[in-house]
Amino acid sequence: MANPTMTLIGSPITVGSGGVASVTFSSIPATYTDLVVKASVRSLRASSEDGMGFTVNSSGATSWLLLTGNGSSASSGTNSSLGYGSGWTGRIPGNTTTSNTFGNWELYLPNYTLSGAKSYSLDAVTEDNSSTAYASLQAGYYSSVGAVTSLTLSAANSNLAQYSTFYLYGISNS
Amino acid sequence: MADTPQAVEINCETGVVTTRDLTADEIAAQAVAAQAAADQKAAADAEAAKVATDKAAAQAKLAALGLTADEIAALSK
Repeated sequence: MANPTMTLIGSPITVGSGGVASVTFSSIPATYTDLVVKASVRSLRASSEDGMGFTVNSSGATSWLLLTGNGSSASSGTNSSLGYGSGWTGRIPGNTTTSNTFGNWELYLPNYTLSGAKSYSLDAVTEDNSSTAYASLQAGYYSSVGAVTSLTLSAANSNLAQYSTFYLYGISNS
Repeated sequence: MADTPQAVEINCETGVVTTRDLTADEIAAQAVAAQAAADQKAAADAEAAKVATDKAAAQAKLAALGLTADEIAALSK
């Protein structure tokens, strides 16, 4: 009988004083079926929001599509139509949002040990005591990236703020 | 904030966490990416503002032709 499990890989990374430009999980073991990253994040950008960046083996996605809502309007687009970089994902809180609040960001990356094309999905929400906050849903695709051995996460316009925390989990389907 | 931006990495096999300063090339790339993102957001904001202005102008012209607010709203449903 199958016994799926979800296992924390390594230890969580909590950003220290002053923030950091990026967080990398390297030498990811090939002993699971899928990967999940859960993050509590905030950027030091002097704005209500920032983009979250994400690369696999140092590469951005081949293509992605994104659905975003901000409380009053919704929009959708692709990496081409929006003009954002290949590693851009959803929005996270910037440093003008309510103090000590963090957004959530979560990635699901199935079949990460296989070579060839890979898909992923992720969702992100900002947190702010304001009428405007962002919710993002993204689906992406790598045409050929090989087995995933490293993941790097970063804010698009600034450093990740202190106390941002990142967890990497491995999903086993047996 | 630290004078030089830093990156943190955890080796998932050994559990060793390493924090290092970004290289000059990485800092330059970060600045370029930030500027590009800012430019893109400004362009997107300008486009959204133009669409809103054009929509309001179109609605005003339709109202001047005698359409009711409900009739104008129905056009975009």
